[in-house]
Amino acid sequence: MPPQMKRKDYLRWRRLLDFRPFEESCFLCYMSVPAHSSDLPPRLALWHVTKRYPGVVANNDVSLTVKPGEIHAVLGENGAGKSTLMKIIYGAVHADEGHLVWNGQTVHIANPSAARQLGIGMVFQHFQLFETLSVVENIALALEGAFDLKHLAERVSEVSARYGLPLDPQRLVHSLSVGERQRVEIVRCLLQNPQLLILDEPTSVLTPQAVRALFGTLRQLASEGVSILYISHKLHEIQALCDRATVMRDGRVTGEADPRQETAASLASMMIGRELPVCSAPPYHGESSAVLEVRGLDYHNEDPFGASLHGVDLVVNRGEVVGIAGISGNGQAELLAALSGEQLSAPGCVLIGGEPVGHLHAGKRRDKGLAFVPEERLGRGAVPAMTLAQNFLLTSHRKPALRRHGLISRTRAREFAAHCIERFDVRCNGVLSAARSLSGGNLQKFIVGREVLQEPKVMIVAQPTWGVDVGASAFLRQTLLDIARSGVGVLVISEELEELFEICDRIAVLAGGHLSMPVARALTDAEQIGLLMAGPQQQAA
Amino acid sequence: MQLLEPRANPSKLMRWAAPPLAIMLTLLAAAAIFVLLGKPPLQAFHVFFIEPLQDANGWSELLLKASPLILIAQGLALGFRARIYNIGAEGQFLMGAICASGVAIYTDGMTSAWILPAMVVAGAIGGGLWGALPAWLKTHYNAEETLTTLMLTYVASYLLSWLVGGPWRDPGGTNFPQSILFSEPAMFAPLFEGLRVNSSVFITVIAVPLFWLFVSKSFMAYQLAVGGEAPAAARYAGFSARRTVWVSLIVSGVTAGIAGASEAAGPVGQLTLSLSPGYGFAAIIVAWVGRLHPIGIVLSGLLLALIYIGGDAAQVSMQLPSAISWLFQGMLLFFLLGADAFVDFRLKRRRAKPRLKDHVNDEEGRA
Repeated sequence: MPPQMKRKDYLRWRRLLDFRPFEESCFLCYMSVPAHSSDLPPRLALWHVTKRYPGVVANNDVSLTVKPGEIHAVLGENGAGKSTLMKIIYGAVHADEGHLVWNGQTVHIANPSAARQLGIGMVFQHFQLFETLSVVENIALALEGAFDLKHLAERVSEVSARYGLPLDPQRLVHSLSVGERQRVEIVRCLLQNPQLLILDEPTSVLTPQAVRALFGTLRQLASEGVSILYISHKLHEIQALCDRATVMRDGRVTGEADPRQETAASLASMMIGRELPVCSAPPYHGESSAVLEVRGLDYHNEDPFGASLHGVDLVVNRGEVVGIAGISGNGQAELLAALSGEQLSAPGCVLIGGEPVGHLHAGKRRDKGLAFVPEERLGRGAVPAMTLAQNFLLTSHRKPALRRHGLISRTRAREFAAHCIERFDVRCNGVLSAARSLSGGNLQKFIVGREVLQEPKVMIVAQPTWGVDVGASAFLRQTLLDIARSGVGVLVISEELEELFEICDRIAVLAGGHLSMPVARALTDAEQIGLLMAGPQQQAA
Repeated sequence: MQLLEPRANPSKLMRWAAPPLAIMLTLLAAAAIFVLLGKPPLQAFHVFFIEPLQDANGWSELLLKASPLILIAQGLALGFRARIYNIGAEGQFLMGAICASGVAIYTDGMTSAWILPAMVVAGAIGGGLWGALPAWLKTHYNAEETLTTLMLTYVASYLLSWLVGGPWRDPGGTNFPQSILFSEPAMFAPLFEGLRVNSSVFITVIAVPLFWLFVSKSFMAYQLAVGGEAPAAARYAGFSARRTVWVSLIVSGVTAGIAGASEAAGPVGQLTLSLSPGYGFAAIIVAWVGRLHPIGIVLSGLLLALIYIGGDAAQVSMQLPSAISWLFQGMLLFFLLGADAFVDFRLKRRRAKPRLKDHVNDEEGRA
């Protein structure tokens, strides 16, 4: 035993040595498996990978093969285990069982740095950039060893020009748009000459135009032999871009297919186990009057990296769903706070049912008939440790049946919550289960249900189906349509364009703190909305 | 490297089992200390926990000490639930005692039935004001209440020492820093002849069910709990964070003030420098050990009171230092917080290496 080695490490090291013959035999095993006919060994192969977390199996016996130069989709809903699988490949998480074969060699990827050295690059869904540093400084931080900023800046320009990713290395990251930030992440990976590039939901924050540009870059990379693992739940993107798709559900692989040979419906049935549900939007015949008006709302954000609002005007009428498209960070949070009453403004800036409420705080505005479903469900829309019955009280305490003389009725709260759970199909262990024990989709159904049961005049919903599975998404969208058609004005703020086009009667775009004029859905398309989302600066560029 | 990782589902049973567990650990650690001090631990425990309860006087003292502890802890628990950490109940207790004593001193010689109630009200106002001050500082200047409440304790304590050494010093005394002895109308009547326990315990007896009702039924307590559990949810629902601060600090100030008034008008009977045996600080432990629950606080208040009188007994009959009671209190809180940490978290296990052996068998079986 080497003197400076700890006994435990030594034992582990010995064990690895003992199994060296196994690794070779494993390689042979893989060779004997009739995989895709190709002369080259696959860039990456995963064999029977299983990862367990307390109470859940995130990946269950997952096998996957990616060929050189292949754009391989991993398709699945939120919670299907895609992200865990990618983290295993990137070395951020270690598999409990199974192994990875990289270019024909069994490897153990200890950490992301080891993954990068092998030639694996990853672009995360949530960017990992320092806003106060320049592009080139951010890239330098990720590189290992010594670097020369000037030389690096030249390489950044070179790589970005070559792959159609225009980027000024000297700009500060906080001044970049989301699309540009993603370019920084991609260029950062490309500088390390990756053989495999992993992209986790890369288009969730991009305009349709930016998505097209990204696809161009990815195709060029693939033609040069770089393999790409493309994680998404968007069927049409996968059909447009990918050569092969591995479909996952509940941590297992449920199918492998050529997405171009499949229909959206057949892919969906692999992904969710049944057909894609669709919403029905009947026309509204009731009386139409403005229930929510915003007039010249300005908000100056003190935070230099926060967004401000500039002269926002908006009207939401009874019976309609108005959508606000745009990428988060363009004033969405600020507008929501100003509408909900968490941020106050001049009285006449916000009107509910014609009554000025800009100066009233959240509770008073709810008294006037406002209901609000926030983006953040746990911790804001619901108190994580409290039961569903207690959470029902959070906004329903105004009902006289629930609160009298400053005292609350727990029995009634339980009855009301039980009603909400039943009517909105919330899957849980009854009214006494804690909010945090529910899945994202079920908690969202509960919160939306609670707000609908307030019988509001106006309902504001932020990111209604963010992180929610397909079945629950369809239910939630239909619920919003139904409540609108019952005479409520519904305002939906969402990053998902498809969702907005499915349920909204009119769509506006919030970009750079400016809100565009809402346009009837029939008179616009994703292309036009995408141009508005990019904002005036981007259009000029 | 982090040693602890959060548990997915903290056990409810364990949360309630944590205080008994902490008590067990405290007893074990105490036994070790007794051994180190050269005292037989079993005899020490007997002196500490059995002997005081063998006569009526012991029970009287138990109630006398448990009553203020429970009362103060009820008020503190309300704030702790809302994550408003008033750790200056000691100062509010002293201010309550000072204000009540003021009434007693300026009405000396009068006989009227309203003197005692006036003292309790004055104590409540004094404690309440001493709690309102940090509330004002927090809502207007965002000053951390843990610091301001603690610092105001020292202000109250120096105010007390100035009063009993100056304007309110007993002119007939021998220059001792203490006020005149209160007259009969300014004192709580003893419940039994020859025992110190007095009618002020009824204040606590009435307060406990009121607090229980308030915590379990009132909308205000619900708002406080939401504010403590999830501040963003409280803002979302439109609950006022400022009101949470004001209510928690004033209520805990008022209860501490009343306890202070009862102490001055009860067993002590005058304003002195050594008025409080640290009830304000001990009540923090009572609140936590009682799981911030009104009934749990009653049990833990009785336990802490027993530690107080057991400590006195141990001083007398076993020549143990007076710090022994404080040691018990400190260990109890320490073990409880430790036990709580393990209810919410667990030790991180070493990351298991991929089990290669299984795969050999697996692959062989396949081939």
